[in-house]
Amino acid sequence: MSGNQQIRLRYALARSGFALDIAAEIPLQGVTGVYGASGAGKTTLLRCIAGLEQADEGELVVDGQRWQGPGYSLPANQREIAYVFQEPRLFSHLTVRENIEYGWRRRRRDDGVAIDAVVQLLGLGDLLQRRPAGLSGGEAQRVAIARALLRSPRFVLMDEPLASLDDARKAEILPFLERLPAELSLPVIYVSHNIDEICRLCDHLLVLDDGRLAASGALQSVLVDLNIPALAGDEASSVIAGTIAGFDAEYELTEIEFTGGRLWLPGILGTKGDALRLRIRASDVSLNRDRAVRSTILNLLEVVIEDVQDTRGPTQLVKLAVGQERLVARITRRSLEELELQPGDTVVAQIKAAAVRGPQTGEAEK
Amino acid sequence: MDLGPLWLSVQLATVTMLLLLLIATPLGWWLAWTRSPMRPVIQSVVALPIVLPPTVMGFYLLVLLGPAGAVGSWWLELTGSALTFSFTGLVIASCIYSLPFAVQPVMSAFESVRNSDLEAAWTLGASHRDAFFSIALPQSLRGYLNAAVLTFAHTLGEFGVVLMVGGNIPGETRVIAIDIYDQVESLNYAAAHQLSMLLLLFAFFVLLAMFVINRRWRTT
Repeated sequence: MSGNQQIRLRYALARSGFALDIAAEIPLQGVTGVYGASGAGKTTLLRCIAGLEQADEGELVVDGQRWQGPGYSLPANQREIAYVFQEPRLFSHLTVRENIEYGWRRRRRDDGVAIDAVVQLLGLGDLLQRRPAGLSGGEAQRVAIARALLRSPRFVLMDEPLASLDDARKAEILPFLERLPAELSLPVIYVSHNIDEICRLCDHLLVLDDGRLAASGALQSVLVDLNIPALAGDEASSVIAGTIAGFDAEYELTEIEFTGGRLWLPGILGTKGDALRLRIRASDVSLNRDRAVRSTILNLLEVVIEDVQDTRGPTQLVKLAVGQERLVARITRRSLEELELQPGDTVVAQIKAAAVRGPQTGEAEK
Repeated sequence: MDLGPLWLSVQLATVTMLLLLLIATPLGWWLAWTRSPMRPVIQSVVALPIVLPPTVMGFYLLVLLGPAGAVGSWWLELTGSALTFSFTGLVIASCIYSLPFAVQPVMSAFESVRNSDLEAAWTLGASHRDAFFSIALPQSLRGYLNAAVLTFAHTLGEFGVVLMVGGNIPGETRVIAIDIYDQVESLNYAAAHQLSMLLLLFAFFVLLAMFVINRRWRTT
């Protein structure tokens, strides 16, 4: 897929108590997250793209083809998209097999994915003869994903597909979602208000705030933008990409190498050379003026302060440069002033990191 | 026992049922989904036969379908025969008289079809028409079964409207209910009893079958 393929969209609509006014460009590759609080307009945006919602003004160009413009709107059934809703929405009068064949029988191109491949990818082999009423929530959502993928879409829309599931079911489906873009080479637009899912799955990020686009760009750079209030909450995080450099077998630790240095993570996380994605919460990063002599924190990195959040709350976010990566740290305003931290200062960061995407999906990294 | 009137009744009920299922489909769909302020008005018109005495229905139908009536005169010009006191006239009258028994169950079934299912079907490539036939209709089969049974049984038991519009012409408009009335009038109680019992048992078993099937449907 060439890099200039993209979705260009502009939507404006007003409903009672809610207005959406967005113009954005979304790459037709990888996973693009759409993040925002509930009521920010994420679902409405997705429904506009799918043709389920009529906007007052709408424009949608997919890979150079106009799907919607002034006085023109392709009907929902003629837009080659796969839509995975929050709820499975399986057809109760059809078996699982008939459900997943519903879109496949109506596909407009034949170069799409094969039924068997999707059935295998989503582990549906034993469910095909069942009725939707007999499925668990996680199984039903997997069937819904398979059904959507099989209509040979140009791209996939996912509207919080995990939101209605408990943690165990989420853990069951997340690996499928991780593998999907790479194995089927389908671009995905993934709506979520869960920053953990965003960090795990997405390469690109749109942030919506009150019906407007607050930010868009590569995941790593948007996450560390201190001027986006929607991202500055308790969950503020940064994501870095690294590779496994080695192990400490005795203490069961994995050493990760990235452009800014090396980090130790608990557990044996793969084999040497595997690509990993790490999520680092702002609250798991602390700053020292000097290298601490003895600490229970394994990871100490020299970082340069790049920016300090401009607020008067009890805590502030600080953006840090380390190698080519950027981190955010949440520290109290008192510490900031006592240590006299300024942009440009070199300090030592203590870091706890967690791997969010394992080596089995390392090929998915761009 | 002359089974002619019974056979005529079955023919009338079958034709009426089939026509009503066709009519109830667009009407029920419209009533189930419309936001038009006309909805309660149309609903009331459809439900009128439930509350009106058959004689009132029959009287206005007689006026309307008669050779001087708006529909009757047009029909007379078109075909050369009158609508009143004919089988065709009976079918039209029955369709109007049994309309609510077809529309109500079909409408309820359509109302329970979820809009979210239809949206999912559209995003899977189904046009509105396709989604209707592949999702809404199969999910509403129970409503259609109920509508079929109720209109058939209701038409079979029709008396007042038939008497007003159709009269009592053997082989053309003498249906079973009229025949029973005739037998009683001529004090032929044995024949009346036979026919009545036949109708009673038939009605009972048809309703029984419907309720049993409905129950099964719910549990699967």
